[in-house]
Amino acid sequence: MNAPLLQVENLVREYTMPRERLLEPPHKVHALNGVSFVIEAGRSMGIVGESGSGKSTLARLVMALDQPTSGSVKLLGRDLHALPREQLRQARRDIQMVFQDPYGSLDPRQTIERIVTEPLAAQGDTARAEQHRRAADAVTSVGLRANDLRKYPHEFSGGQRQRIAIARALITRPRLIVADEPVSALDVSVQAQVLNLMQDLQAEFGITYMLISHDLAVVRHLCDDVAVLWQGRIVEQGPPERLFSAAEHPYTRALLEAVPKAEPARRKARPSGLPHGTGR
Amino acid sequence: MPLLEVSNLHVRLHTHRGPAYAVRDVSFTLERGETLGLVGESGCGKSITVMALMGLLPESAQVTGSIRFDGQELTAKSDPQMCEIRGNRIGMIFQEPMTALNPVHSIGRQVAEPLRLHRGLSASAARKEAISLLDRVGIPQAARRIDAYPHQFSGGQRQRVTIAMALACGPDLLIADEPTTALDVTIQQQILELISDLVAERGMALMLISHDLGVIAQNVARMLVMYGGSVVESGPTEAVFAHRMHPYTLGLFAARPGLLSQKGRKLATIAGSVPELVDLPAGCPFAGRCRFTIPECHVTVPPPHQVEPGHHVRCIRLEAVAAEKAAPTPTLPREGREEEAA
Repeated sequence: MNAPLLQVENLVREYTMPRERLLEPPHKVHALNGVSFVIEAGRSMGIVGESGSGKSTLARLVMALDQPTSGSVKLLGRDLHALPREQLRQARRDIQMVFQDPYGSLDPRQTIERIVTEPLAAQGDTARAEQHRRAADAVTSVGLRANDLRKYPHEFSGGQRQRIAIARALITRPRLIVADEPVSALDVSVQAQVLNLMQDLQAEFGITYMLISHDLAVVRHLCDDVAVLWQGRIVEQGPPERLFSAAEHPYTRALLEAVPKAEPARRKARPSGLPHGTGR
Repeated sequence: MPLLEVSNLHVRLHTHRGPAYAVRDVSFTLERGETLGLVGESGCGKSITVMALMGLLPESAQVTGSIRFDGQELTAKSDPQMCEIRGNRIGMIFQEPMTALNPVHSIGRQVAEPLRLHRGLSASAARKEAISLLDRVGIPQAARRIDAYPHQFSGGQRQRVTIAMALACGPDLLIADEPTTALDVTIQQQILELISDLVAERGMALMLISHDLGVIAQNVARMLVMYGGSVVESGPTEAVFAHRMHPYTLGLFAARPGLLSQKGRKLATIAGSVPELVDLPAGCPFAGRCRFTIPECHVTVPPPHQVEPGHHVRCIRLEAVAAEKAAPTPTLPREGREEEAA
């Protein structure tokens, strides 16, 4: 099959604001304003941009959780928004999502087994015993143990919860995982563990990521291509090595310059009261 | 006399799972006009330390040790006495501006509130002062927007409003607890620049709490690294960045993905996860997660050891750490293949 893994064409999503004046047409917000890109299998794509740039709208449209105003999203050649409901459900096995907040995305009243097997149960064609076996495989591959399946989310730390969310995404053996800020709610030391895991899964299961993040370093770590989203448009796109060293669009440059460097800078001289004993 | 002198501060909180030693033997000083950073991950005790300074701990918390602010002992103060200091001599900026602001009051009223309360200004004088403060923190057309409500502002502007509130009474000490974590990077830079300009302009001391080493590097002269309720490493920012010695600090630095790092390179991780304050080990809080652990580490909390002037590290395995750092093979970045202990 030669169709690319994901092909997004001229995607537009408008939101209609509440009417402010009786006789005037209501305002429209263009959350996405003609976005096109292609993700080839095995080449993970990072989407960076600030809040309000349309990142999350894009994720919702790619996951077919929302209808675009115009444009199309094709997964392995099938237009997700044109598929009949039943076929869309079948198509969903190829595309899964990992959310930002591992505290909000796992139902506290369900066991890990139920949480992790839910995508399979929704597909409705896997026997219970098989579901259990696949769940055990999935949690093992994210570094947890099979007997963790009987536990509940509150028994796990933030990093472990995000592993559970990743296990849930892995269980249908998807081709593409859409990860919306998967590590931004985690502490730095735990963030590294989850990023390494995502990298291992990339190699082991041939998973491709569409990684949405405001953190350029995280994108640099996992992705082969980066698209910079600004005001609902892609303003610059390319491999991170090039984009981060020779950004062309002023917005990309501003974004890069704003990242605080972990090197103590010569800060502006303080007028008085310089701390004693700091050696300068 | 330093502006703020914290010595041997301990805070014990009561939780439904038993006592939690949230702050263990924290000591530091802060001079007027000095900037100090507090770095650490969630649950390391940095926010509790700040809450202790502000007198905002839950009633059941037990505080021992001393917090001297401008010669006065804060731990002995009653609630009404603390009210006179909070918002007046010590200003504070919180992480999430939308929760720090009251949604049903106009921003003008909220900025004017400390002025009326602490300085006894009349309503019209407080309003005038609020306009000039909002103008100073960069709210465009402050005089026109003073009657607007928090929801009518963007996240960055809301944070500017909380900064104006914190500055209102001209505090001697400004505490900023993760002031930019909820903001976009480009806005973060503007807010940090605003804070550092104001600190320089007014000669305030600044305590900046952050989990982001980049933010700390660019904004403070001295820093404390906290882990498991205690300060594991402290010193001038440049010294700590250049000659970091505590295994936890080393791990924290190595775990950061860099903009220029190679794709596909493994990040060094710290095995295990941050311990809960309820069941902290008896000895060094990092023992167990640390590769250099020896049985002695589990016995007592290591005393601070001076590695260079002003730079202290609480670790009894510094020789081993130094030996590994000096070793020609880069063993540090490869430590991270251990999996998180479930």
